[in-house]
Amino acid sequence: MAHFTKPAEGSWTEHFGLATEPVVYDDSTSPEFYELERDAIFRRTWLNVGRVEQLPRKGSYFTKELDAARTAVLVVRDMDDEVRSYHNMCRHRGNKLVWQDYPREETQGVCRQFTCKYHGWRYDLQGNLTFVQQEDEFFNLDKSNFGLAPVRTDVWEGFVFVTLDPDAPPLREYMGRLGAGIEGYPFHLMTQKHTYRAEVGSNWKLFIDAFVEFYHAPVLHAKQATEEESRKLQSFGYEALAYDIDGPHAMVSSWGGMSPPKDLGMVKPIDRVLRSGLFGPWDAPDIGALPSGLNPSGHPAWGLDSYLFFPNFMILIWKPNWYLTYHYWPTSHHTHVFETSLYFVPPANAYERLEQELAVVTFKEFGLQDGNTLEATQMMIETGAVREFPLCDQEVMLRHLHRTCRQYVADHQGGPTRTTVRVSAAS
Amino acid sequence: MPILPQVFAELEPFADWVLPSERDRFAKRLASSMDELQAFYDAAFPRLEDGVEYLKGVPIEGIAEQDRNLLWLFSSLVTVSFPVEVWRQPRVPDSGASSIDVVVEPVP
Repeated sequence: MAHFTKPAEGSWTEHFGLATEPVVYDDSTSPEFYELERDAIFRRTWLNVGRVEQLPRKGSYFTKELDAARTAVLVVRDMDDEVRSYHNMCRHRGNKLVWQDYPREETQGVCRQFTCKYHGWRYDLQGNLTFVQQEDEFFNLDKSNFGLAPVRTDVWEGFVFVTLDPDAPPLREYMGRLGAGIEGYPFHLMTQKHTYRAEVGSNWKLFIDAFVEFYHAPVLHAKQATEEESRKLQSFGYEALAYDIDGPHAMVSSWGGMSPPKDLGMVKPIDRVLRSGLFGPWDAPDIGALPSGLNPSGHPAWGLDSYLFFPNFMILIWKPNWYLTYHYWPTSHHTHVFETSLYFVPPANAYERLEQELAVVTFKEFGLQDGNTLEATQMMIETGAVREFPLCDQEVMLRHLHRTCRQYVADHQGGPTRTTVRVSAAS
Repeated sequence: MPILPQVFAELEPFADWVLPSERDRFAKRLASSMDELQAFYDAAFPRLEDGVEYLKGVPIEGIAEQDRNLLWLFSSLVTVSFPVEVWRQPRVPDSGASSIDVVVEPVP
């Protein structure tokens, strides 16, 4: 039985012009396909590498491993307050420029210049080579030709993005209609940040699959609710309020009336005392009016909107005025690093800090269940015993994600030059 | 010198749960038996309502050491609430070998 209105076509899947056949999951088991994705997707799209709050002053920097895009970047706020990125690599003989102890671990800090550990070459924050050890031993070395290799960088709503594609559209254009719909959300007020990281034994898309459908929630997470509530949730099943798709990006708008819940018996004893839980602290801070893109169906039971900005960046905006992000960083066809950050308005008092702690920890408990399920899925789809899987209408975002990946790979294999580039070259 | 504010003196025997990082709180939970978790919960949970009222009056800015300790003690109660109230075991069920580790957290 449908609890919420579906589009005139009868389903979200058909509404967005997607096929309804079972989906072949070879794109999540093939090492060859993953190699294609690296060039076709991760070197061609805008990738979110962090937030401006990680660069609080001139000279603040952080590094980011982008294995899928075959590089690692150094992101810095320069002396003119501009956010810039470089391949994290010394121009002398290619040593990784900025790292601490372990070259594969990310790091951060504040500095006035970057000095290579190897031979002491120095670069200013604009990437100019400013010092060469024993410069007169070199042969006609023109330092102006050996600045750090820049990476295209832009900022949208305080989120710092890089792309390795010089021909990629401007970031704001790339974010499209769904991005525009949440511009103006006060992300900058929510600076209280908790970040978790996990190494997951599955293809990166499988974890996105898990987080862009809530069809699994009443079953996989049944034990997190009280028994009676859990039975009720399973019998209702799950339906979203609305879905939307724009280009490679997609979103789901969901109910989630548990902050506070109608019936206090639905939640754990500690949730009742701390007035907080999975959906965040029940008493939302005042953040002013919300942007027009949120709660597109205008439903009073609205609880959250969850956005997937292709390829690997999700933003979940919750009704009680907080948000979280997910990132999925592939490291092979069947492994990836998962990162989630939860952002709150900084607590005024110690009780609010405790409320936020409960929301954060509840999320972690869910994530632990999700993570292990993924390994189980990856293991079995890799057997190839079954290759096609039926997806329901509540899994429309999975269908769109896998189709988008296949399209990017196909376009990339079609040739290095895209139509838009040809047009501008001809004019 | 007591670890906790005077009004929560009865929780002093559980001072080993005063841990400033979620990583340490979770590790202690996994290293504890259900009996140990239950004992801590049974002592601390009945004081949580008083704790909420008390902590509402404690600004984060310039928080005193004993107050901060109380915040970490109740943060441990949050961590322990899952095995006691829901899972009936220290580990998250069906989580196998997977782990999710905190890499950035506010202090306090």
